[in-house]
Amino acid sequence: MWEYTDKVKEYFLKPKNVGEVENPDAVGEVGSIICGDALKLSLKVDKATNRIVDAKFQTFGCASAIASSSALTELVKGKTLDEASKITNQDIAGYLGGLPDEKMHCSVMGMEALEDAILKYKGEKKILRPEENIICKCFDVSEEKIRKTAVENNLKTVEQITHYTKAGGGCGMCVPEIEQILKDVWSISEIKERPVEKKKLTNIQRMALIQDVLEREIRPKLKADGGDLDLVDIDGSRVIVGLRGMCVDCPSCDMTIKGIEARLQEVTGQDITVVTE
Amino acid sequence: MKTIYLDNNATTQVAPEVVEAMLPYFTELYGNASSMHTFGGQVHGRIEVARAQVADLIGAEPDEIIFTGCGSESDNTALMSAVECNPAKRHVITTRVEHSAILNFCKHLAGKGYRVTFLPVDTLGRLNMDALLESLDDQTAVVSIMYANNETGVIFPVEEIGKLLRARGILFHVDAVQAAGKIPMNLKELPVDMISLSGHKLHAPKGIGVLYVRKGTRFCPYLIGGHQERGRRAGTENVASIIGLGKACEMAKKELARGTAPLAALRDKLEAALLKSCPDAVVNGDRENRLPNTTSISFEYVEGEAILLRLNEYGICASSGSACTSGSLQPSHVLRAMGIPYTAVHGSVRFSLSSYNRQSEIDRVIEVLPPIIKELRSYSPFGRDKFEQYCRIDAARAD
Repeated sequence: MWEYTDKVKEYFLKPKNVGEVENPDAVGEVGSIICGDALKLSLKVDKATNRIVDAKFQTFGCASAIASSSALTELVKGKTLDEASKITNQDIAGYLGGLPDEKMHCSVMGMEALEDAILKYKGEKKILRPEENIICKCFDVSEEKIRKTAVENNLKTVEQITHYTKAGGGCGMCVPEIEQILKDVWSISEIKERPVEKKKLTNIQRMALIQDVLEREIRPKLKADGGDLDLVDIDGSRVIVGLRGMCVDCPSCDMTIKGIEARLQEVTGQDITVVTE
Repeated sequence: MKTIYLDNNATTQVAPEVVEAMLPYFTELYGNASSMHTFGGQVHGRIEVARAQVADLIGAEPDEIIFTGCGSESDNTALMSAVECNPAKRHVITTRVEHSAILNFCKHLAGKGYRVTFLPVDTLGRLNMDALLESLDDQTAVVSIMYANNETGVIFPVEEIGKLLRARGILFHVDAVQAAGKIPMNLKELPVDMISLSGHKLHAPKGIGVLYVRKGTRFCPYLIGGHQERGRRAGTENVASIIGLGKACEMAKKELARGTAPLAALRDKLEAALLKSCPDAVVNGDRENRLPNTTSISFEYVEGEAILLRLNEYGICASSGSACTSGSLQPSHVLRAMGIPYTAVHGSVRFSLSSYNRQSEIDRVIEVLPPIIKELRSYSPFGRDKFEQYCRIDAARAD
């Protein structure tokens, strides 16, 4: 049972501005029925003043998705497009007196629909750039979105990223990548925490470090999904591992290996390659 | 506001007679069954009565009944015992639609290097028997398959599977948590080696479960300590709950003898009325072969949590397989394994009845739910007319 505020309940039970604006000047759409929530926002804009004179929504989703969408329409009405474009997901959640952490992605969905509508109004139709790096394939979340959401909401953990963007909430294969992105975004604190690893390592130190990272970081994550690996050998900069359990048949095992490689390169500061036996 | 409780596959009301039977064991009869004095020792005899009552419900012998802490403990114990007693065998078979107590334990075994086969089901939730036959080999330590599914109520052909496995000498565990007390079960004829039951699904309290282990089946205990349960499950007996479970099983047996037709009729009435008044609604699972109390209905274009919270306003309790209610971001693993389209999975609602439900309660749901669906659909950007274009978009994204 979710702990919703009275305001969320109010906007869910009696949502304001449901439907579509007649002859809309801008329409923003996000989400899909596969992901479990989708929002279509339609705006009427006064051309002379660039002011939003009407806003309506259609939402497929849970109580907080419906409440967030309705709150969004109330927030944007009467604002100029410039003012509206400054609305963040925090504003939407704040308007509702807060949302449960796990439901913050509903407020992010509202913000994205608004961005989409404004871009389209300005004629800058947002297209998925081919080079855009999709990190979470289950929920179609890009690296850019993860970075942006992390910075704007001060998110430090993968769990928070999942609550806000859904990334990592499906098969979980992208969790190591999200960790990498978070480390990159908050790199300053990371360097403070791990100054020792930047030193030149001896062969023995490097081998011990690799063993330690595999044992303490990688294997518990694989085991959580029913997989595992054994460290077979370390031959110079080549790390040879054997996949076990569910990892054996996993279609994403190449991604897993790449993730492990990136992590080992990071901690050792050397050009490690990981191969399977 | 009066509660209309239609979530009996989640948990049930403790029967007033069960509460009454339990109360003395919190007050005057608080002794330890293992004690030498009469005061404690008399409790032992009462536990044995309860054991016989449980055995009687499922056609078992009393000494084949082990009391545990919950259904999950029974499931874990059964699998753990199966692999420990067969150390040379490193293969386990289960299905994709099991309860998490089985699914996650099997994933845990996979992490320890076991080969685990998760059998698929068809769109009606029926087991693929060919896949089961193909997956059996001389490495198979145990097959664990649920009797009836918690979400759809679909009943698996346990007897047929049991015969196949017995002919090959493979251990067979059945998670019967949802089936016990809802359909008749006779272990004298059912070729099954271990069965898990849970008290709170049949009007006994939470915190009491049963593991049936057929006489002659090798068994390794999971909880090790005292000699309780003849050394098969350590820990001082949860006396009051055991007494309560005994009473609940006795009542369930009488209820089953009266027949489940009235309960099924009530469920069928609810189902038929909702399908009639809500367009684009479908029943999930094999309607020919399912528990008499369960129906899972998908209402397309709307989301399950929203439906539940609207029903909640009327005091109506149900559950859903939608992502927002599953505790994760993924919708029900059962409905996904069946290949139910995402449109329908997100809008699934499960009603599970008990013999305490009345006609008037069902009528109330039939009255309030269709307008809720209609209203939520009016909010939705999806609908029969707009749906095809979204399918195309989703298909393009999936590519």
